[in-house]
Amino acid sequence: MITGEALRRRVIRRKRRDAVFHGIFLMCALAGVAVLFILLLDVVKKSAGWLDIGFITSFDSRKFEEAGMAAGIVGSLCLIAIAAPLSFVLGVATAVYLEEFAKPGRINWLIQTNISNLAGVPSIVYGLLGLAIFVRYLGFGRSVLSGGLTLTLLILPIVIVASREAIRAVPAGLRHASYALGAGKWTTVLRVVLPSALPGMLTGSILAVSRALGETAPILIVGAVTYTAKLPQSLFDSFTAMPIQIYNWTGLPKEEFRHVAAAGIVVLMIVLLSVNALAIMLRNKYSGKR
Amino acid sequence: MQYNAPVKTESSPYAGRTGLAEWLAPKILLAVSLLSIATTAGIVVILLTESCAFFQEVSIREFLTNPKWTPLFASRNFGVAPLVAGTAMVTAGACVVAVPLGLGCAIYLSEYAPERVRRILKPLLEILAGIPTIVYGYFALTAVTPFLTLIFPQIKLFNALSASIVVGIMILPMIASLSEDAMSAVPSVMRDAAYALGSTRLEVALKVVFPAAFSGITASVVLALSRAAGETMIVTLAAGALPNLNFNYLDSIQTMTAYIVQVSKGDTPRGSIEYLTIFAVGLTLFAITFLMNILAKFISERFKEEIR
Repeated sequence: MITGEALRRRVIRRKRRDAVFHGIFLMCALAGVAVLFILLLDVVKKSAGWLDIGFITSFDSRKFEEAGMAAGIVGSLCLIAIAAPLSFVLGVATAVYLEEFAKPGRINWLIQTNISNLAGVPSIVYGLLGLAIFVRYLGFGRSVLSGGLTLTLLILPIVIVASREAIRAVPAGLRHASYALGAGKWTTVLRVVLPSALPGMLTGSILAVSRALGETAPILIVGAVTYTAKLPQSLFDSFTAMPIQIYNWTGLPKEEFRHVAAAGIVVLMIVLLSVNALAIMLRNKYSGKR
Repeated sequence: MQYNAPVKTESSPYAGRTGLAEWLAPKILLAVSLLSIATTAGIVVILLTESCAFFQEVSIREFLTNPKWTPLFASRNFGVAPLVAGTAMVTAGACVVAVPLGLGCAIYLSEYAPERVRRILKPLLEILAGIPTIVYGYFALTAVTPFLTLIFPQIKLFNALSASIVVGIMILPMIASLSEDAMSAVPSVMRDAAYALGSTRLEVALKVVFPAAFSGITASVVLALSRAAGETMIVTLAAGALPNLNFNYLDSIQTMTAYIVQVSKGDTPRGSIEYLTIFAVGLTLFAITFLMNILAKFISERFKEEIR
């Protein structure tokens, strides 16, 4: 038999345990945020004094005072100029097929299972694929084209998933209205579904681009060069990219290059944050309109 | 209610160009969709054919049982075990860091956090998830390792511990957000029933929500561990290039991914045994992560049935 006093004590104990664990769970949640701030502060502090206009406009150098990121910035832009439009067109086409035309069946199950599996393949394996197919088999060499195509395949699953969600969010009423006017399926997709889903698809694709901008391993395998003093002139020229330069500087023995690397990271993070901000602005601008 | 598009008939207005487009478009879209299958097929075929060439020179038996991996030395050994051990060490270490923190974070977000706090915390975790791995690698080498040196003076400059911790931080947001999804999917009537019996939030979280979401949580952990196993830049920069079977976290190790990077940085001629090794190692890595992803999918599908 539990007396009133014992019951009261037990309730107090249970409440206290709840409060203690509330604190522990909150600490867990804040741990990640704390690391984020330490990491950003650390990098910004180490880059102080090393980041100026000259760093962005000059080429890499064996002397740490003169090392710059121009080749990496242009190289990353070239990679994105190939990967972004290609992955957008291919990804949207796949998403439209799966959402609008596919009938349940073996092929479609296969395509869908495939896409979710592809999203889980380590990025370095895409590098091996690019090395064997684009660099060697198709003979594109260790070129900016090989790197761009490899990144295209890498971000394709992300674009497909985002585009499918955007298409699914298009209200059924819009489609019905189009059908009611006698439009066919493809006309409806082209004139009604795609314009309405475009902001969502663009947002997803921009986020995929920001993923591609930060990828190091696959383009390292495909053969980005760590040191170059020229910009790619054609699709078949050798290239470097921002993360590749950061990787190179981090690995150099001279302590000063750590600061150069930190400056490089700050530039990369600023580019990534601007790209993400663009995606968020796009989402906010159009999300209220429906 | 599902409405279908009007069907084309003899007398329908879909003649000429529009009709052609209506007929052609699905076929072109299907062809493009098959590209994703071609990518998977490409990965499997490339890894298998190049590995076959490798296994003509090195027996599968040696690959699996030789305890040494020294393909770039004069006396060559092709035992993949040290590389797999390196990957397993980093994955296990990351698990120790990320699972408690990630689950704590998920429970906080799903059961405790007021809406206002959630709206600040979730985007911050998304930023953490969006940081490129090269930046984490830099952080591991230039901030975490020097800090660890204060605690373990005998630690090597390149060591498994620093890489494991940072890989753990990298997968933390993934575990937190996927587990939170699983916990949020638990029907609120189950929570309400427990609250009605006088449970505290802790008891609801640990005795009702956690068990109900358990398979979903497990799936998220397995998926995150597969990410950790495939992680490349953190281990390349911070864990070293010394494949061994000592299982010492304070020592240099080498993972499968770091080995692939090490070889591709040099200019290895096509067809040489060094060039082939990276595909054999890549195949091993692909097989391991593929099995983990399948396992996660299997578990999470069971979870969806349980919740229903």
